[in-house]
Amino acid sequence: MAERSFEVVKPGLATTVQDLGRPGYYHLGLPLSGAMDRFALIAANRLVGNADGAAGLEAVFLGPELRFSADALVAITGAELPPKLDGVEQPLWTAFAVKAGQVLSFAFLKGGARAYIAIAGGIDVPEVLGSRSTYALGALGGFEGRALKAGDVVPLGAPTGPGREGTSLPKEGRRPVQESGVEIRVVPGLYWHRITEGAQAGFFEDTWKVAPEADRIGYRFRGGKKLDFVPRQQPFGAGSDPSNIVDSCYPYGSIQVPGGTEPIVLHRDAVSGGGYFMIGTVISADMDLIGQLQPHQPVRFQSVTLEEALAARAVEKARLARLAELI
Amino acid sequence: MQTRYSFGGDEHIFVEVDEEMSLEAFFKSLSMTTAVREADIAGVTEICPANASFQIKFDPDVIAPQVLMDRLKGFEAAAESAEKTIETRIIEIPVLYDDPWTRETLMRFRERHQDPDATDLEYAARVNNYPDVASFIAAHAASPWFVSMVGFVAGLPFTYQLVEREKQIEVPKYLRPRTDTPRLTIGHGGCFGCIYSVRGAGGYQMFGVTPMPIYDPAGKISYLKELMIFRPGDILKFRPIEREEYDATVAAIEDGTFVPKIVPVTFSLDAFTADPAGTNAKLLEALNG
Repeated sequence: MAERSFEVVKPGLATTVQDLGRPGYYHLGLPLSGAMDRFALIAANRLVGNADGAAGLEAVFLGPELRFSADALVAITGAELPPKLDGVEQPLWTAFAVKAGQVLSFAFLKGGARAYIAIAGGIDVPEVLGSRSTYALGALGGFEGRALKAGDVVPLGAPTGPGREGTSLPKEGRRPVQESGVEIRVVPGLYWHRITEGAQAGFFEDTWKVAPEADRIGYRFRGGKKLDFVPRQQPFGAGSDPSNIVDSCYPYGSIQVPGGTEPIVLHRDAVSGGGYFMIGTVISADMDLIGQLQPHQPVRFQSVTLEEALAARAVEKARLARLAELI
Repeated sequence: MQTRYSFGGDEHIFVEVDEEMSLEAFFKSLSMTTAVREADIAGVTEICPANASFQIKFDPDVIAPQVLMDRLKGFEAAAESAEKTIETRIIEIPVLYDDPWTRETLMRFRERHQDPDATDLEYAARVNNYPDVASFIAAHAASPWFVSMVGFVAGLPFTYQLVEREKQIEVPKYLRPRTDTPRLTIGHGGCFGCIYSVRGAGGYQMFGVTPMPIYDPAGKISYLKELMIFRPGDILKFRPIEREEYDATVAAIEDGTFVPKIVPVTFSLDAFTADPAGTNAKLLEALNG
């Protein structure tokens, strides 16, 4: 066993090593990857005294069970997935001490979708192309390019930061998990002109529900009306379905609607391109929010201008800046 | 050709050079992305060329979206008059057509196909008016193909057949995408071919497999130290092989003795447009010496 490490007793549903991602390779089909809720990972890292980009764990819906080989300082943020240490419940958004030999486990999920586990010193898997994030589809990065399995021994870095037990982020600094009334802001564009005015209006009027097919690649939604297309002769090379285009790049957050039926919002492990038209793009400020949505949760999409998207981005930046004051 | 600009939220600009695919549109897109790269604009974080479009990812805290948009538009006129010649390379891809693995997979997903009673090769041969599968395979392997985009997943090349438009192979994608495709499947959908770099979902018709990996996340295979082989602008040529050579190649890759056949070439769009057959003959001569 590595000097400082934890052993995976139970892996959870799909627990992966993530940092803030691997920019610069999207033109070769390698997506950014990294935490789906970046704010939550950054907050967890600050609570234990790590740099913002230290690698932590992202656990979705069901927490893992981890046995530590050495004393460690740990913080859990993001989803309401209550941590337990040797069976004793611990607070969320708070740094707590783990003794060598103790087991970190989790109670059932109470809200949100993804919890972030930061450990002082960070997870010390090798960097691949400048990041420790896991890109499972390409078997790249993270722990052996995949989600954790029982029996894995995951190495930890040496803590060098100022992390202290009991450090907590007050409620006003957190982003609350929204159970209802979720609105996702979208800048219409890309191939927006391909659907009729009625379909454009309907997309924003309808209530959609997160489909079970929701993962790090993308979130699928269903329940709204089928989108009608403006009739056209399909361009050469596009394919015969009206939702087909000549294969192009896909922005992060872009909303494709294959066949006009079920919108898919691409997320951090996005496929980098393909042949489906897109009606617009989720604003950068709301991408974290999508990572906390559960299947069957109702959402509405809200049309915003680019200026409104930039204003929302500034609000998120201010939230991050407040972390420095609050922690 | 009409170029269309659109914001992809607050972090992307999407530029469609043309609605339809053509090598002219690809070259214009490539010229514009090259110009963006050479301009080294602060705040630009990803430059992604595609078949007939491209995408720029940027940090709006560093460069205002409208300022970047105006700069991109400024590259358009020069791209139109840029010389459509590239220094590139031709890469040979050995292919076991009609292999047992894609055959097993296509049988599993028959209910998602246009013609459940035929194989993908039989269907593609018929809708492209070839008398039989053998003549379809011969056409598929005869001409060079142009890598007009890399993406979807890691290192996957979209390939465009270098023949006159009326001779290009076109097939619809599966009615509903498969949830499985063997790694290194040679696929085709619309007018584009592809090589699936990893196992996974897919909607393209499946014609065969290559024994030659094109993506290696471990970076251990001799020619994949940079993890993947293809770049937009590469030219590739399929060569039909039999099972014996397939197995021998797999073994050679495992023991590190396989060397892919790669030869530098110059490709001129004007020369190709004027004389496709003659241009291809020269490309193949460069490859086969």
